[in-house]
Amino acid sequence: MTKSYNAMELMICVAARELEDGSTLAVGTGAPCAAAMLAQKLNSPNLAIMFEAGSINPQLPEMPISVGDSRAGHKAVMVSTMGAIMETCQRGYVDYTFLGGAQIDMYGNLNSTLIGGNHQKPKVRLPGSGGANDFGSFCWKMMVLTVQDARRFVEKCEFITTPGWLQGGNSRYEAGLPEGTGPYKVFTNMAVMDFEPESKRMRIMSINPGYSIKDVQDNCGFELLQAPQINETAPPTETELKILREEVDPHRYVIGR
Amino acid sequence: MKIQAMIEEKENTAMNIIKKGKGELFTDPDPDYARTFFQKKSRKMVNKSMTLTKAIETFVHDGEYLALGGFGANRTPVAACHEILRQGRKNMGFAGHTATHDFEILCAGEVFDRVDAGYIVGLEARGLSPCARRYMQTGKVKVTEWTNYSLSARLRAGAMGVPFVPTRNLLGTDTFEYSASMIIECPYTGKKLALQPALYPDVAVIHVHESDVYGNVRVRGILKSDNDLARAAKRVIVTCERLITNEEIRRNPTETTFPYFLVDAVCEVPYGGYPGTMAYEYFSDEEHLREWLKVEEDPVAFKEFLQRNIYDCKDHHEYINKNGGMEKMLQLRTIEHLLHKEGRR
Repeated sequence: MTKSYNAMELMICVAARELEDGSTLAVGTGAPCAAAMLAQKLNSPNLAIMFEAGSINPQLPEMPISVGDSRAGHKAVMVSTMGAIMETCQRGYVDYTFLGGAQIDMYGNLNSTLIGGNHQKPKVRLPGSGGANDFGSFCWKMMVLTVQDARRFVEKCEFITTPGWLQGGNSRYEAGLPEGTGPYKVFTNMAVMDFEPESKRMRIMSINPGYSIKDVQDNCGFELLQAPQINETAPPTETELKILREEVDPHRYVIGR
Repeated sequence: MKIQAMIEEKENTAMNIIKKGKGELFTDPDPDYARTFFQKKSRKMVNKSMTLTKAIETFVHDGEYLALGGFGANRTPVAACHEILRQGRKNMGFAGHTATHDFEILCAGEVFDRVDAGYIVGLEARGLSPCARRYMQTGKVKVTEWTNYSLSARLRAGAMGVPFVPTRNLLGTDTFEYSASMIIECPYTGKKLALQPALYPDVAVIHVHESDVYGNVRVRGILKSDNDLARAAKRVIVTCERLITNEEIRRNPTETTFPYFLVDAVCEVPYGGYPGTMAYEYFSDEEHLREWLKVEEDPVAFKEFLQRNIYDCKDHHEYINKNGGMEKMLQLRTIEHLLHKEGRR
């Protein structure tokens, strides 16, 4: 079967549907930013984007390369400070965030600090938290957009940079993180996952066109739970793809990956 | 009434430390230690303009703790980073607070041996720096983990003149375990809070749009944490796109980002943030930033690249001239103002 879209386009289109009009979103560069721009151009013109470098509700003329560059602040209602943005999240004003990482575990914890070796002498040193730990601690709903791969979906993160549901159950709130916050959904090229309400373990919600539950499980390093009813994810519409390709990412910086 | 009852119930309990991170605290968070320094610092509104070479010679010393303004490769004091390499500074501490191209340069010069890591090694959407990764994987650099907000909050505490501020990040993670934060029980609410110890850098370099010769500074666009950085740092070097008159500052004081008495040196360095972005002035030179990342893959070629672009350059202008000069700057101004979309050629 030939598909008229690639994996990245699918993930962005599906993720964009989550961002309802009038909500607030703290986001970085890349695919999540593309999803936010797509949502704004489709159904959510009043989705307010905030970037950690300080800009509030910009009108992005094109994809920013850095969350602190001039595009990220283009026609914003305000350019402020990192403290102001993070504290807006900490006060409970920010609905969504999109994060990623080198590793994600069954509770949605993320590692973007190191792989292999030890902390003093890592095999691969990665950027560390950046704003991820902050957004993941403070925003109401944390979402992840990443490729389904067993090396990425691991039994246990080597380093928990950013909190998901920590050790599951009530452990996130016992650690002191704000009540009501936590991982919400994970979007991959193969499926959409959420978290089972009691155990807080990742579970399959819907399968993307062309894949099976087995494909998803085979490309995951831990046992996934399954929602009582698993649907097929609605594929990207022609309108979604047209706007994504022509208006959001015409240079294919993200969707060309 | 309910709140009052809670406070009364807790008033005899000392603040309860639940957990301590095992990371090293590289700087003293004691506000009285900082006050002693600030007490002695001159408040005179005198001409502080000087060359960047002189400013780095005078105010940046081996072994001290350095922090830089800007966010990622935006409004970053790149010219100052090059000068720090040319002068061979070593064994410094460094605040890796959204550090990208600046971190890449400082790693190339092996300037620091300890770092507070908020964001390091990467250049956001551009990828990771092979040079920075190599240096951070040698085991020679002591790393204490933080987050971007933690470092903002630490500078805020410094700017406030208190030993710490409490926040609700870090909780439950390895980022906390390898930080020098502490988790305490809030004496008012019983909630768990992470303490962010005040960061008083020995020296900060901040690149800005405009300054007068006294160091009254104007920044346009996002500030990141530079308002607090200027207030918390013991010494502040300002590099500016252009000098303006004190009369212009006084004409519209609303636009002043921070005042002269915080500032020790003012250096006029046009395009001082190149190859990064300077909001409302010029966009980043993405081609040249890619060239950095590419050439770093080969340590021998990278050494030659550094020799040509930093060590053999007298100053930032020579570096710019080697990489396209005024013609390139005009291109970057065109991109910044989106004039290419209006047909400027």
